[in-house]
Amino acid sequence: MPDTALTNEPNSIVCDGNEAAAWAVSLAKPDMVAVYPITPQSSLVEYVSQFIADGKIDADLMDVEGEHSVMSVLHGACLAGARTYTATCGPGLYYMFEPYVRTPGMRLPIVMSVVTRDGLTPQSVWGGQQDAMMLRETGWIQIYCESVQEVLDSLIMAFRIAEHRDVMLPVNICHDGNYLSYGVTKVILPEQEMVDDFLGEKDTNWHVALDPDRPMSVDPLTGGEGPGGPSTFVRYRKSHCAGMQNALRVITETHDEWERMFGRSYAPLVEEYRLDDADYAIITIGSMSGAGKDAVDVAREQGEKVGLIRIKTFRPFPMAALTSALAKVKAIGVVDRSVSFAWNCGPVYQEIQAVLYQLEERLPAISFIGGLAGADITGEHFARVIESTGKQLAGEMTEGPVWLNENE
Amino acid sequence: MNKIAADAYANNQATPPGDFEIKDYLRLDLMPHFMCPGCGHGIALRALIWAIHELGIDKDNLAIVSGIGCSGRVGAYIDANTFHFTHGRPLAMATGLKLARPELEVIVISGDGDCLAIGGNHLIHACRRNLDITCLMLNNEVYGMTGGQVSPTTSETMLTTTTTTGNMEPAFDACKLAEAAGAGLVGREVTLQVPTLKNLIKEGIAHDGFSFLEIISDCTEVYGRKNDLGESAEMILKQKSDLRPETFYDTVDQPFRPNKLETGVLVCNDRPEYGAAYRTHTRKGNAQGGEK
Repeated sequence: MPDTALTNEPNSIVCDGNEAAAWAVSLAKPDMVAVYPITPQSSLVEYVSQFIADGKIDADLMDVEGEHSVMSVLHGACLAGARTYTATCGPGLYYMFEPYVRTPGMRLPIVMSVVTRDGLTPQSVWGGQQDAMMLRETGWIQIYCESVQEVLDSLIMAFRIAEHRDVMLPVNICHDGNYLSYGVTKVILPEQEMVDDFLGEKDTNWHVALDPDRPMSVDPLTGGEGPGGPSTFVRYRKSHCAGMQNALRVITETHDEWERMFGRSYAPLVEEYRLDDADYAIITIGSMSGAGKDAVDVAREQGEKVGLIRIKTFRPFPMAALTSALAKVKAIGVVDRSVSFAWNCGPVYQEIQAVLYQLEERLPAISFIGGLAGADITGEHFARVIESTGKQLAGEMTEGPVWLNENE
Repeated sequence: MNKIAADAYANNQATPPGDFEIKDYLRLDLMPHFMCPGCGHGIALRALIWAIHELGIDKDNLAIVSGIGCSGRVGAYIDANTFHFTHGRPLAMATGLKLARPELEVIVISGDGDCLAIGGNHLIHACRRNLDITCLMLNNEVYGMTGGQVSPTTSETMLTTTTTTGNMEPAFDACKLAEAAGAGLVGREVTLQVPTLKNLIKEGIAHDGFSFLEIISDCTEVYGRKNDLGESAEMILKQKSDLRPETFYDTVDQPFRPNKLETGVLVCNDRPEYGAAYRTHTRKGNAQGGEK
């Protein structure tokens, strides 16, 4: 839409993904933000600090002594009824882990950006999705963005999803370090009044609360024998799983409502790009999807019947949406920006195996791993991905994982 | 070049101090280093190497452990056994290292954020145990590497990227903290006085117990600029209070940084060193326990 892009729409600004996230936080009106700086998240918390100092956000800001304290501070605030936000990544996320994993069990609707950064070790401060992929079994909702505008929109939607009474779970909005955190584009800012309408009244602690008028024991010891025994623990787990399944519906409804109010639509769970008449498809997640779509366009011009499937919501796992997408093609290639060491492939590829089991016919598939520690996944890389994926149709198999940046 | 630096240069005082070849102790393949012009960390690095040289410590017998932040990068430049460890955890890592290899000279290079914020817990327990480790805490009052966010030693009212209306939290006095937690030797020095700093580091390394040394460094790029503290030489002159303009502290309330900044060895006690005490204790325990 080149004409639209050149038009000066009202409320359009030029900013990077970290600033867009800060704008989303501003519009969502949290009561408490706790932060600790870490590359490549640092400028995000600086923007939030500046917005609070400027009076754009009426929230308490705590510069605490580490990420472990960040999440602990938010637990206290959230239990007292506050709408809360933070952002972190990489080693900071690993240090946050103890309170982080307690958050969904307590059903605290905390929203947190993960500005994805590759894992340790060796040391690297560059982008990659190893940190976010490590969170797969923590019970948080996890959504991956492709563009800066999507970072802003998804972050506002995250508060509504997290606080929905059928969900009540914390949400991670993942935007790729370096590519989205520092990538500058035009972004449209939603109107504050419309965002207020969209999010509605704050409703964060109706189920558990640190409230002197309603005394209760939050998160007591369970398990083993006795009245707080195994059945209590199982009840927590079952209810958590039910909340995750409800989230699939709530995420979809929230995206529909967003489109109705703000006119921008995103596939809530799984995006299908040029897939309907495709023979084969590549599967992507996060910011690489833009380059992937361009490569699909180029291949289409050369007569290749290829499409792209982008996973947006990774937790809860969108099994039905992925099954319906994969049923349209006869071969796939999955591109990961992280590694599953145990399975010798990418984590998304590993999970896609479970989707393949749902299909009538067995699909050949290849795991590609690229973009580690800030490496670029270019159109040329995707051309290779498309070529190898397509050759499977003629019986020419490639053994994965294929390391895209191995010889660079 | 500013006036102070120009005068020093004209008087030929710009020659680095110490009768040794610094290149013998550096990993030249890692040069150029990443520190900003005017940063005090390079001065601290030179003073440390000078102290190591004068003490005659064999590089193979030297283990440098550093954390994350600008200070964390300093350790890697030294041509010895160096470990660039996790944010806040170099003291914990060094504790394991020193207990497993007591013959090594273990030196920790940390920063104010690394040592007092995210790793504050490890500092107080290292002081309490009094294991023979020397900890250099390079205090530049800010998280420099991530772009200048507030740290636990940022003075009150000062501007950082996360305290854009001025810091309202009181700063730590790290030396008082280390003293109260039981450190065997506590000292403070400024990067203005390199030979004195070198001597303090020598005392810290020689002391049989945990030595905590606060080195007042300067972050000219993100802290100095933001607070209009002048160029590097001006900031360095302000480090030691009796050289600072009297008005420097008149306008701000800084309870832990009085006009006369105390430097030198502030505490030196003869508490038993943990490693030796531990080995005696476990031998005694094994003797009492008898055969299993």
